Amino acid sequence: MTALTTTPAQDETSGWRTALPHVVPFLGILVLALLLPFVSNDYWVLIGTRAAIYWVLISGLNLVVGFAGHLAIGYVALLTLGAYTTSVLVAGNVIPAVPVFAALPIAGLVGAVFGVIVGLPALRLRTFYFAMSTLGFATIVTQIALAWQSVTGGGIGITGPEFPAPFNTAWGFYGLCIAFAAVTTWMSANVARSRFGRALIAVRDAEVAAEATGISKPKMLIAIFLFAGALAAIAGGLFATLQTYITPDAFTFDLSVLFFIAILIGGRGSILGPLLGTIILTILPEIAAPLAAWSTFLYAVLLLVIVLVMPGGIAALLDFRNRRPLASNRSIVPRPAALAEIVRQRKGGKLLKLRGIELAFGNVKAIDGLDLDVTPAQIHGLIGPNGSGKTTTLNVISGYYAAKAGNMTLGDEALPPGQPTLRAPCGIARTFQTPRVIGEASVLQNVMIGGSIEGRATFVEAMLALPRNGEDERKLAAKARALLGVVGLETLADVRADRLQHSELRFIEIARALMLDPDFLLLDEPAAGLSNDEIERLAALIKAICARGTGVLLVEHHADLIFDICHQVTVLNLGRTLAAGTPAEIRVHKEVVSAYLGG
Amino acid sequence: MLASILASGLAAGAIYALVGVTYNTMFSTSRVMSFTAGQLAMLGGVFGSMFTLKLGLPIIVGFVLTLVCCAIIGIITEFVAVRPVLKSLDQHLYVLSTLAVALMIQQVAAIKWGTEPQPFPRLVGFGEAILDEKFWLPVAACAVTILCLEYLYRRTLVGRAFLAIAEDNFAARALGLPERNLRVASYALAGVIGGVAGYSGGQLLLAFFANGGLLNFYGFVPVALGGLGNNRGAIVGGLALGLFQQAANFLVGGIFSSVAVFTLFIVVLLAAPQGLFGAATARRV
Repeated sequence: MTALTTTPAQDETSGWRTALPHVVPFLGILVLALLLPFVSNDYWVLIGTRAAIYWVLISGLNLVVGFAGHLAIGYVALLTLGAYTTSVLVAGNVIPAVPVFAALPIAGLVGAVFGVIVGLPALRLRTFYFAMSTLGFATIVTQIALAWQSVTGGGIGITGPEFPAPFNTAWGFYGLCIAFAAVTTWMSANVARSRFGRALIAVRDAEVAAEATGISKPKMLIAIFLFAGALAAIAGGLFATLQTYITPDAFTFDLSVLFFIAILIGGRGSILGPLLGTIILTILPEIAAPLAAWSTFLYAVLLLVIVLVMPGGIAALLDFRNRRPLASNRSIVPRPAALAEIVRQRKGGKLLKLRGIELAFGNVKAIDGLDLDVTPAQIHGLIGPNGSGKTTTLNVISGYYAAKAGNMTLGDEALPPGQPTLRAPCGIARTFQTPRVIGEASVLQNVMIGGSIEGRATFVEAMLALPRNGEDERKLAAKARALLGVVGLETLADVRADRLQHSELRFIEIARALMLDPDFLLLDEPAAGLSNDEIERLAALIKAICARGTGVLLVEHHADLIFDICHQVTVLNLGRTLAAGTPAEIRVHKEVVSAYLGG
Repeated sequence: MLASILASGLAAGAIYALVGVTYNTMFSTSRVMSFTAGQLAMLGGVFGSMFTLKLGLPIIVGFVLTLVCCAIIGIITEFVAVRPVLKSLDQHLYVLSTLAVALMIQQVAAIKWGTEPQPFPRLVGFGEAILDEKFWLPVAACAVTILCLEYLYRRTLVGRAFLAIAEDNFAARALGLPERNLRVASYALAGVIGGVAGYSGGQLLLAFFANGGLLNFYGFVPVALGGLGNNRGAIVGGLALGLFQQAANFLVGGIFSSVAVFTLFIVVLLAAPQGLFGAATARRV
C-alpha cells in the first residue's frame, strides 16, 4: 500500500484535468440558464422554470432508471404527492399552516417514504413488474386526489404554495428553481461517481458478480428510492407553486412519460444526456405549437426510435473517447511480481472445509456427499467431466446455492449457506465461467467494483462529496490501477469493457477478485478461450497469488495447467469424489484416466 | 348488496381475466410482456361504439370489424415493437418498445375519438338490474373465450404448435415449426381476445381512451397473481380481483378499493414473486 499513497499531489491535479471535460458542459448549461432572463421574455422564463423543476425530479429518477435500470414509468405520482403535500401544508386546511420552506422538506420526507414503498417490488422483480407497480401507483394517486375532497379539494383543486419575496416574482422563482436544479445535479453526480453509482450499474448489468463482491442490492436500491422519491416530491412542491392552482388534471400521465423518456433519450448511465433530454423535451412542444396536442405521441415515437435505432441515446453520441480504435495486436502481459506491493502477505490462515455437501436439482443429484479442503497458500485443482458438479461446488461455496445437507466451515466458523453477499466480507472472491463484467463501464470501474465493501463513506457522505468519500475513491482507483498493472491491462483502464476481447475479460475478472485481497480465490475455468501463451502467463499469475498466502480453488479443463501448478487435485464424477491427491498420484490413477483423462 | 358485489365483481373480474389472458397469449410465443394488452381492450370498446353507434353498422358486422381491427393492431405490435427487440430479450427493451406503441395507440384514440367517455350500444337487450346485460355479458364472453382457447390448444394442430413454442422455442424451431408466423398469429389472437374483453365490457366501462392504462394495470394483476403465462391462474386471479375490488368498493368506498388492490398487488409480488400458481424461477448462475 505504501507505494500507492506517495503521490497524492500528482493525483489531485490529474484528477482535476480529467474531471474538467465532464464539468464544462454542466457549467455551460448553467451559464446559459442564468443568462436566459436577460435575453428573453416572461414566457421563456416560464418554460425555463418548468424545465428546471422537471430536472429536479429527473435527476433523482435518473439514478433509478438510468443507473439501476429499473423502469419507473409512473413517477408523476410522486410529483402529485409532493405538490399536494406542500399545498395542503401551506394552505393549512388540515393542520395549522406551515411556512413553505418548512413544507418542502416535509414533502420531501413523505416522497422518500412513498418512493421506497413503490420501489419495494423492484427488490425482487425487475422490468415489467416494477413498471407496472409504478403505473398502478400513478393510477391510484390520481383517484385519491380526486376523491379525498376534504383535503385535496377534489376536482375543484387547491391553491399552490406561494414563496416569500424575493422568490414571488417570475424571475425570482426561476432563480430558485435553477438553484434547486443545480444542487440536485451536483448531488446526483456525486452519487453516480461514487462507489454507490458503480454498484447500481453492477447490480443492473452483472447482478451475480455484484453479489459476489458483497454489494447488497436491497440497501443500494432503498437508498436511491429514498433519494429519488424526495427529489420528486420537492419538485412537486415547486410545480404546485408554478401552477399557482392545482387540480388532479394537472398531473396527467403524459408528464410521467416525459420524465421517463427524457432519461432514455439521454442515455443510460449518464447525467449530461438526460439533462439535455429534459431541456429538449420541454422546449420541443413550444417551438412547434401545432404539435402541442400530439406531444405525447411525439415522445412515444422518439422512444421507439431510441430503442430500435440508438439504444445508447445522446450520451452514446457524445462519447467520443470510446470511438477511437483500439490496437488490434495487443497482448496481455501480466506482471505478477508487482502483486507484492498490493496484496498483503499472509501466514498460516484458516482452512476452507466442506463436509458431506449434497445438492439436487429435481431428481438429478448435482453434488452427492462431497468433502473438500482448500488450504491457504495452496492451489487446489477441481477437475472432472462435464456435469460432474465442479461449477456447482463453486456456487455452493459462494452461496448461490444452499446445500441440502452437509456443512461448510471457514476456520472454526460456519459459512452461512445461500447468502452470496456475505462471502466477500469473509475474504472469498471468485471469477465466473462466462465473464460477468459491466460492458458499459470502463475497465477501471469494473475492477473498482471488486473493492466496494472496502469503502467507508456512507451514501449521504457520497452524495455530499464529503472528504471520506474522496479518500475512498482515491484508494480504490489507485488499487484498481495497480491491479490492472498486475494482470497486464493498465493501458486499457479507461476503455469501455464491452470493447475488449474475451481473454482480456477473464483477466479483468481476476483483477476484480483481487481487489478484495482475498483469503480464498475461486477460479471457474479461467483458461477457457485463452491462447497457449496466455495460459502460461495465467499460470504464473495464479502461482504468484498463491505465493502471497491466498488459497486458490481452480476449476479447469486444461489438464496440463492443472497438473503444472496445483498442489492438490480433486477429481469429481457424477457429483462424487472419484479421486483426490497430488497431481502425480492423479495422473496415474486408473479410474481417473479411464473416466476423464483418456489413455 | 351481496348480489351487487357478485354481479359487478364477476363482470369486472371477467374483463380483467380476459386482459390477463391477452398478456399471456402474447407472452407464450415471444416471452414478451406487452403494454398493448390493456390498449387492445380499450380499443375493443372504442371500435365497437364507433362501428355500431357512430357509423350505424349492424351489431354483428360491427363486432367482427372490431375484432379484425384489434387483430391488425396486434400484428402491427408484433412487427413494430416485438420482432426488432427479440434478439436481445435479456435487455428487456420490449418494455420500452411496447410502451411506446401503447402510448401511440392511446394518444391517437384520445385525439381522434375524444377524451370524454362515450356510450356503448346495448347488444342483446336481455336482463335487468343485477342480471343486466352489462354484468353477464363479460362473464359469458370470458367463458366462451376459455372454451374456444381450450379447444384450440387441445384439439387443433395450430394450438399444439403454440404450446410447443411456449414450452421450448428452440426445440420447436428445430422440429421445423414456422415460429415467426405462429408468433404473428398469436399476436393476432391476443388482439382478438383483447377486443372481446373491451367489446363485452363496453357497457360497463364505456368507450373511453383512458381505459387503456387502467386495464393495463388491472389486467396485469391477475397475471402477477396467477403466474406468467398461466391462463388458468389469470382467470382465477382476474375473477378474484374483480370480487375483491368490488367488495372493497361497496364496503369501504371508492378510493380505498384502488388502494386495496394496489396493496394486494405489492404484497403478492413481495411474498410470491412467481405468482400463486407459477413455477419457481430458473437458475441464474
